[in-house]
Amino acid sequence: MKLLDSLRFRIATLFHRSRMNAEMEEELRAHVQHRADDLQRSGLPRPQAERRARIEFGGHVRYKEESREAAGGTLVESLIQDVRFALRMLRKSPGFAAVAVVTLAMAIGANAVVFGFMDALVLRSLNVPQPQSLYIIERGTDKDSSESYPDYLDLRDRNRSFDGLIAYNIDQAGLDTGKNLSRVWVYEVTGNYFDALGIQPYLGRLIHASDEHAPDIVLTYAYWHSHFQDDRSVMGRVLHLNSHPFTVIGVTPPGFRGTVLIFSPDFFVPIVNQQQLDSDNALNARGNRWIGEVLGHLKAGVTPAQAVADLNSIGSDLEKTYPKEDAQMSFSLERSGLPGGSFSSALQAFLGGLMLLAGLILLAACANLGSLFAARAADRSREVALRLALGAGRTRILRQLFTEALLISLIGGAAGLWGSVVLLRWLNVWQPFPQYPLNMPVNPDANVYGVALLLSLVSGLLFGAVPVKQVLRTDPYQIIKSGSVARVGRRITARDALLALQIAICAVLITSSMVAVRGLVRSLHSNFGFEPRNALLVDTDLNMAGYKADSAPAMQKRMIDAMVSISGVTSVGVVNIPPLQAACCSESNIFTDKTADLRPSNAATRVVMFSISPEYLQVSGTPLLAGRDLTWHDDKHAPRVAVVNRLFASRVFGSATNGLGGYYKVDDGTRIQVVGIVEDGKYSPNITEDPRPAMFLPILQSPSTETWLVVRSSANAQELASAIRTKLRDLDAGLPTFIQTWNQAMDGALFASRMAVAALGILGLMGAMLSITGIFGMAAYSVSKRKRELGIRMALGAQRKEVLQAALGRGFKLLAFGSAAGLLLGILASRVLASIVYQATPRDPLVLAGVVLAMTLLGLLATWIPAQRALSLDPLILLREE
Amino acid sequence: MTDQAQLLPGTLDLLILRAVSLGPLHGYGVLLRIGQISGNALLIEQGALYPGLFRLVRQGLLKANWGTSENNRRAKFYELTAAGRKRLREETNNWNRLVTAIGSALGPQTEEV
Repeated sequence: MKLLDSLRFRIATLFHRSRMNAEMEEELRAHVQHRADDLQRSGLPRPQAERRARIEFGGHVRYKEESREAAGGTLVESLIQDVRFALRMLRKSPGFAAVAVVTLAMAIGANAVVFGFMDALVLRSLNVPQPQSLYIIERGTDKDSSESYPDYLDLRDRNRSFDGLIAYNIDQAGLDTGKNLSRVWVYEVTGNYFDALGIQPYLGRLIHASDEHAPDIVLTYAYWHSHFQDDRSVMGRVLHLNSHPFTVIGVTPPGFRGTVLIFSPDFFVPIVNQQQLDSDNALNARGNRWIGEVLGHLKAGVTPAQAVADLNSIGSDLEKTYPKEDAQMSFSLERSGLPGGSFSSALQAFLGGLMLLAGLILLAACANLGSLFAARAADRSREVALRLALGAGRTRILRQLFTEALLISLIGGAAGLWGSVVLLRWLNVWQPFPQYPLNMPVNPDANVYGVALLLSLVSGLLFGAVPVKQVLRTDPYQIIKSGSVARVGRRITARDALLALQIAICAVLITSSMVAVRGLVRSLHSNFGFEPRNALLVDTDLNMAGYKADSAPAMQKRMIDAMVSISGVTSVGVVNIPPLQAACCSESNIFTDKTADLRPSNAATRVVMFSISPEYLQVSGTPLLAGRDLTWHDDKHAPRVAVVNRLFASRVFGSATNGLGGYYKVDDGTRIQVVGIVEDGKYSPNITEDPRPAMFLPILQSPSTETWLVVRSSANAQELASAIRTKLRDLDAGLPTFIQTWNQAMDGALFASRMAVAALGILGLMGAMLSITGIFGMAAYSVSKRKRELGIRMALGAQRKEVLQAALGRGFKLLAFGSAAGLLLGILASRVLASIVYQATPRDPLVLAGVVLAMTLLGLLATWIPAQRALSLDPLILLREE
Repeated sequence: MTDQAQLLPGTLDLLILRAVSLGPLHGYGVLLRIGQISGNALLIEQGALYPGLFRLVRQGLLKANWGTSENNRRAKFYELTAAGRKRLREETNNWNRLVTAIGSALGPQTEEV
């Protein structure tokens, strides 16, 4: 109040308000005195004369108020009065104030956090000049953003719609720092990358199209800052990436971190140097779609539709010219920023859904507070009546009530915003996956603050508006005469409707969070087609240590032997990339044995492809259904063989059993015989995707430098990891390794569902808390209002059951209606969830029962105290009191 | 009391201007003067005068100064400004036109038609 007083003083002196006030008071008093003088002169004694003069003057407060308004510009002053009064009223009922503020803080905080995500991941674009005209090119019906280098060149040189098409690929490389190999994340970029994006160097120079063949390297500001301590002399230094020398030529500006919103790379190298980073040269292979993304600024005046038409005409021409490599060359455009395709649309749908739920929470909170305010206004009807009788205008009283509502909503909003800013700041630096430089750039900006303020104001007005009608209807004469009377009507009041609405909303939230949790639990226990428990994954890349594809298998064999020699290790296998990892998996077209023309459109199906060592299937726990496992004898000199999954067999050979011993072709025409059939599994890290056909090729026949060791052991993971590290260092000290349990490694695949479940779980909890406070408020209020009636009933011999029914029956009816409506809506809304949370289905008896049980429990919990209060009423005391 | 007429809305300002046009007055004096010039025929609640006074001051039609009243009390005296005088003239003309029009409309000859 001290602060407020000083504020008031300052504003008052600023406008000469307090002087004017005093003068006005003096003037009105002078009037009454003059009148009294006259009356006295006519013979009345002074006291009576003054009294009469005051009566004749009329509503002093009202005329003063009107005069002040007439004098103009009293808004600030009356606002300060209102705020002070509101603060006083709130201090008089701290419980009410606390509940209201906390409720709103949670609701607005939830909205601010969800909006923060929305803002960062959907609304905000990349930190490059003119991001709004930057589009990613996606190919085919499944919106694949990958391209081959020759196709990219054709698209770049032949299109007339883009201001320079750029391409990049994200790759991991081993950086030789002298001591040991450290893993760095590299953007392989086309020469025009920085120029087309309009990025200027922070230091030195960037890569240009004219000098892209030089082995140059550009550091990101973050890497330069953290690894070179802002050392400017680093320019010109030579760094060894995958044992190849690169010269540092520049540093990108601080805000720039590539063209994927959630990924921060370390280096940029020219894409034409790809061969030095990868073991094979993919620059000339038109069928090898290894480039991550092709994107560019649309030319001014070119619409996305025109650009798509332009690209499609190039695409159909490419299909005709290169029938063996190019198929499905129809294109679409996607706004840049997020990894494209199904993930980004699912994320958008999910964030949209969350925003909706958060909005519902806020609405429920408003309904909650609205009914609290209405109850409060009813309790204060005497005060309102008194003020009306003293000449206060109804608008002024309403303004006072709104001030109170807005004050609460602003305090709540500020608290909520503070909480959400803390949370968002934390999430901003949070790296959910230790081995990937991924984070969510959700630092709150002005938009978030603005939205929080707006929501506070809107919700304040919303719940402040609930008691308006009540105040307008107040008849001061009636109320002061007879005291406030609780009408015990059967009529459905606005308050009932609000409560039912609120309960329905909460039931929606609880339903969807339960659906999500059940889905996650099921997906954690679902059959991935392998057994992640009691297994370590050792991620190495022989290419980084200088091995080439032909020398890799021998090294892999030695690694396996070294692992097996560790005590406690039961079995070891090698795979190029394990399923459910971020980079999983390579794909390939395959053809039936009879197909002669191996163009992509004739492919039997597209399959996921693994290169595995003989023991891998057994180590990973992939069940072999028929045939045999691969062996070390399946080498370069032996006939080409493969193990395929059940779906592969049934899709290519008609049925699983037919497949065994059958032949198929891969796109270079090689015939491969199926020697074993395994169970289907999950392969790509998107675990909600449909089952896909897969083939497992022997590592000796299709070698890969990418090497993941799967080490199965029931020994302590940490001890095992250090033993593995020692063994590998003995084999090759320059080998970069990253060891984690298979369960940890699956975090990435389950991340989306986990986040979804966490978000929904929190919203569900909030919904539950809101419905508890809502029902509690209503029940407590109805008990306290009907004390006298309940007392009479008890005095007349009503049983406990009847008393309870009278006191709380209505609340329970509302609870039942609200829950039923909410459950239905929740089931409808949960369809969206199914696309994010694997195996989320609302048609689950456990979910239905869970929601009903939860709502009943909430109802019981919330009405417990009011019920006790109703039962402990003593009719004698009550009746005497009234 | 019963033969006093209710004021028409908006006429109080005009009456105040007219009352003050005859010389500076404090609030109670304005009231008395209105009573005097209207032959006590108008019912005005005393407090209702003040919002009107403040409104006129704000519009620049009146100006106010503190002084001492005939009862030897401190009081605020109002007098017309130039703009106030002009406004009074206009409003008086308007009012006369209005009264003539309404009067002839309600006059006996129209009733007979």
